[in-house]
Amino acid sequence: MKHVANWGLNAAAGRGATYADVRIVAQRSRALTTKNGKVGSASDAESVGMSVRVVADGAWGFAASAEFGRGAVETTAARAVEIAKASARVRQQDVSLAAEKPAIAEWTTPHRIDPFTVPVAQNIELLLKIDAELRSVAGITLAETNLNFNREEQWFVSSEGADVHQTKLSTGAGYAAYAFAGNEIQKRSYPNSYGGQWQNKGYELIEELKLVENARRIAEEAVALHHADQCPEGTFDIILDSSQLALQIHESVGHPIELDRVLGMEANFAGTSFLTLEKLRTLRYGSDLVNVVADARQEHGPGLGTFGYDDEGVPAQCTPIITNGLFTGYLSSRETAHTIGETRSGGTLRAEGWNRLPMIRMTNVSLQAGEKPLSLEQLIAATDHGILMQTNRSWSIDDKRYNFQFGCEIGWEIKGGKRVRMLKNPSYSGITTEFWNALDAICSRDEWTLWGTPNCGKGQPQQVMGTGHGAAPSRFRGIKVGSAYKSA
Amino acid sequence: MLTKEQAGDLFDRIKRLSTADEIEAFFSGGGFALTRFANNTIHQNVAEENATVSVRTVFGGRTARASTNKFDDESLRQVVQASESLAKVQHPDPDLLPMPDARAAGGTAEAAVPTQAVPSRFFAQTASITPQLRAEGVKKIVGVADRYKLTTAGVFSSAESFEGIFNSRGLTAWHTQTLAEVSVTMLAEDSSGWQKVNSPDVENLDPLALAETAAKKAVDSARPRELPAGKYTVIFEPAAVLDIVGFMFWDYSGMAILDQRSFLSGRIGTRVFGEYITIWDDVDHPLQTGSPFDGEGVRREHVALVENGVVKRVVYARATAERMKRSEYRDKAGLIEATGHGFLLPNEMGEMPQNIVFAPAGDSRTVDQMISATERGLLVTRLWYIREVDPYEKILTGMTRDGTFLVENGRVQCGVRNFRFNESLIHMLSNVEAMSEPVRSCGEESFDMVVPAMKVQEFPFTEVTKF
Repeated sequence: MKHVANWGLNAAAGRGATYADVRIVAQRSRALTTKNGKVGSASDAESVGMSVRVVADGAWGFAASAEFGRGAVETTAARAVEIAKASARVRQQDVSLAAEKPAIAEWTTPHRIDPFTVPVAQNIELLLKIDAELRSVAGITLAETNLNFNREEQWFVSSEGADVHQTKLSTGAGYAAYAFAGNEIQKRSYPNSYGGQWQNKGYELIEELKLVENARRIAEEAVALHHADQCPEGTFDIILDSSQLALQIHESVGHPIELDRVLGMEANFAGTSFLTLEKLRTLRYGSDLVNVVADARQEHGPGLGTFGYDDEGVPAQCTPIITNGLFTGYLSSRETAHTIGETRSGGTLRAEGWNRLPMIRMTNVSLQAGEKPLSLEQLIAATDHGILMQTNRSWSIDDKRYNFQFGCEIGWEIKGGKRVRMLKNPSYSGITTEFWNALDAICSRDEWTLWGTPNCGKGQPQQVMGTGHGAAPSRFRGIKVGSAYKSA
Repeated sequence: MLTKEQAGDLFDRIKRLSTADEIEAFFSGGGFALTRFANNTIHQNVAEENATVSVRTVFGGRTARASTNKFDDESLRQVVQASESLAKVQHPDPDLLPMPDARAAGGTAEAAVPTQAVPSRFFAQTASITPQLRAEGVKKIVGVADRYKLTTAGVFSSAESFEGIFNSRGLTAWHTQTLAEVSVTMLAEDSSGWQKVNSPDVENLDPLALAETAAKKAVDSARPRELPAGKYTVIFEPAAVLDIVGFMFWDYSGMAILDQRSFLSGRIGTRVFGEYITIWDDVDHPLQTGSPFDGEGVRREHVALVENGVVKRVVYARATAERMKRSEYRDKAGLIEATGHGFLLPNEMGEMPQNIVFAPAGDSRTVDQMISATERGLLVTRLWYIREVDPYEKILTGMTRDGTFLVENGRVQCGVRNFRFNESLIHMLSNVEAMSEPVRSCGEESFDMVVPAMKVQEFPFTEVTKF
């Protein structure tokens, strides 16, 4: 593919580009779903194309095409340069990129079983078995399951000499059971809501998730919620399970630390951030226990934000984001690194596919586990009066990432260190920094899970990206609970 | 851009490669370009060309789909093989219907489905927009920002697109369209304003006027006051109405009723909203966009969803309609017939209305008239990050954004800090006091619709944020 990329690079240089990179991407996906005993959808998709990103006249241009002939590639490169020159008509200053040693590398997601080699019939059989388990519980009115596999092979070649060939695999699976009765629809999901658990690994993930084994319990909980008490409104100590906490991290840490948001580049769509530049190394983001990293390296685990190199050829890195409660780092790119006094990109630029411009995206933004041994059951036992909330049901946060509100599928009231009753419709809300400063306990590593968020939207045109978030169940003191149902 | 004739030739090649009982090919793609600006600078500027074919095959009641964007012989062979391999391992679906022929889809064999919506949605002046023209539009917007000493961010995009469907029963449907869009945010030190508009015809866009309105909102909402959470009379501009009402239309689906996941379960034929509310799905409306056929190539029909607050009916794909006629819910489902709103098969969601048009009220008021008639209330420009809290009572949460104002004694007094709401759409649409003439509107929380501004009583804001 390098010769194809070189056609693009040479054409861009010939038209006046001072920098250019070419990405050639081949994506393949398989999606299988079932609903109430039947296959809901079964589809395979492939998309192959190339893009040229250039700087010309000090401004950016980008063009993409599915055509690989020399003429088409050169035309695409010329178009990118023409677009960059149009960009230059409305600019305040020239684009400048932080230095990066050109990488020449091969990288592949470590995996044991290529998910595309597993027979589709076997996959469908698994989903229908889960479906049958869910619907064997009286009161379940809707059962949905899903399996998803993705493979992305990319060649990245730049005018600076970078040449990176990278193949990423991801696997996802999950299910949900709904119970409609009276004037209420209740739902439970496993292992997480909105698509389940996703990681950058092979089919071995499916074998690890114990999908069938948990189906009956999940269905029974969905039905039982109809007989549970409404979650009370007031101020409570809350314990969040690791999947809900992963989404809390995503929304109230991951997005605010994106440097493009901070710099106003997303102001028209995704919003800006309360984390203005003077807050770096001065803001007390959370309590002393809060340590968050953005880590794209394989040693962090098989998260959806794990890779060898980002989409401008920068190697995967680990950036300390919150250190003992102090705000210490942003997610950056080669273009933005200088704004925070860095001489090198944090390596977070990624694109949804061949036809999208890479932009700053979360890698694996994870809350580090507590250092002292602490299980969820021990944390519950150490809580006098509180509410345990599990599995996200709704999420919303303002466009500067201050005020948030989350709803969960199920809650449990804790009294005297014991779960005393199930609660339906639990929700909590707050202000980001007040919330993280209220954290007073984090379970230890054996309770830590690296969750995948496969559906993070950002950018215009919007791009959907997978991000990773490690978390262990944690306790927060004095949190506002129940306002979501205030109008009901 | 791929033409109907080229697609037809491709379909002939695809058919010859297949041994399936039935085969369908769905083509989509086109050209898209977007100029994005922030901090008064064009910082992203992109263009792409693509075309995809998605092939569905059927073997004895088993069906599946595979797609590719490569049209060489080998890629077409592989995509047919992938679709067939997936289909053959499915269990037979007793609800799967034979593919529709041209007559069943709502046209004659010759004419098939109309190749253009009426009126035309393809405008050469939109298809031919250059990066230079988009940059000139952005320059005008930045000029307004400079004049008001503001910072601006937004997009100016243009697209020409096609979608078409061919099947082995002779159905042919093809649609082409253009769309241009401008969105502008103006940022001041502690306030912001926003406007967005799109149209198939770029001549209908006025970047300068949008920039002026967004800038005025930013200036007028500077130094926002903090008001307490509570229930307020709220005037929602059309974009804010679009943002919030869009969350209910997935439920206007026969499949959602069958799945018992719709808030309309048990409510069809009853008064759910106030008398002001009449809603149609109408792909032919002059302010609407999109193709006139669904995922099977069936002509989209005009459907009256709500009349004077009473939910009359929902939309149906062909198979969903047949299932509903046999189901225990058939007597509570309103009129049951295929309406041409199905998604590409196979899918688990069935169908939904996507060309929503709110009917004008008999006594429409402009937003200015609503403000003049308000003793105390709020004016909301747009909403943000809306999510469903309760699926059956249709309680939604979300934030106000980019221009929220206090109205007192018939006048806009000042900007206020943004609020979080938690409100049932059923309550909201039962508390509408006045509406404007419906207009084509677009935002970020929902698909484009023809909606009015609304003045709503007793709208509950539960929290206030920091800005």
